[in-house]
Amino acid sequence: MKDIFIAIFSTFGSLAILFASIGILRMPDFYLRLSVTVKAATLGVGFLLAGAAIAFPDVSVTTKAMAIAFFLVLTAPVAAHMIGRTAYHTGIRTWKGTIMDELKEKKSSDDTKKAAIKEDDKTNGLV
Amino acid sequence: MTLDLYFDYVIFPILTISVILIFIRLFKGPEVVDRVIALDLIITVGTALITAYSIRSGQAIFLDVAMILALIAFLGTIAFSFYLDKKG
Repeated sequence: MKDIFIAIFSTFGSLAILFASIGILRMPDFYLRLSVTVKAATLGVGFLLAGAAIAFPDVSVTTKAMAIAFFLVLTAPVAAHMIGRTAYHTGIRTWKGTIMDELKEKKSSDDTKKAAIKEDDKTNGLV
Repeated sequence: MTLDLYFDYVIFPILTISVILIFIRLFKGPEVVDRVIALDLIITVGTALITAYSIRSGQAIFLDVAMILALIAFLGTIAFSFYLDKKG
C-alpha cells in the first residue's frame, strides 16, 4: 500500500517535470517559457517530496521535506519575478501572439505625465 | 514489479530525459535570460533527482543535499538578474 502511494506520487512528480522541460523547449517566447517552467517544476518537486515523506516513516524526514517544499514555493516566484523584470528592462521582446502589455502602457503614460510636468515647470519659470 | 525496479526503469529515465531537453534549451537559448532560467530549472530538476534517489536508496540523509541545492538555485538566479540589470 505504501509502495503504491509512493509510485503514484513520484510518477505525477516526474511527469510534471517532464512537461516543464517540454515547455521550456517548445514555447515561443521567453516570458511563456518562464511562466510554464516555474509552476510545473515546483509542482513536480513537491510531489516527489511528498513521496519521500511517505517513504520514510520518520518525523524528521517529513519536516525536512515540508521545509524544502515551503522554501521552493517561497523562492521560485521571487526569482522568476526578478528575472522576468530584468528581461523586460533589458528589452527582450514578446512574441507576435501577445495581445496585451500593461507595463508598456503604464511606462508610456508615466513618460507623458513627466513631460507634462516638465512643460508646466518651464512655463512657470521654475527650471 | 518492486518499487526499486519502478524507480530504475520509469522515474529516473523520465527525469533524465527532462534534463536532456532542458540542456538543449541551455545550448540554443537565443538570449542570456533563457540560459539563466534553463540553468535554474536544471538545478530544480537536480533537487527532484536527489529526492528520487533518496527514496530509491533508502537514505534519508540525501534530502539535506536537496535543501542546499534549492537554496543555491535561488541565490544564483537572483545574482544573475542583479548583474544583468546593472549591465543595462
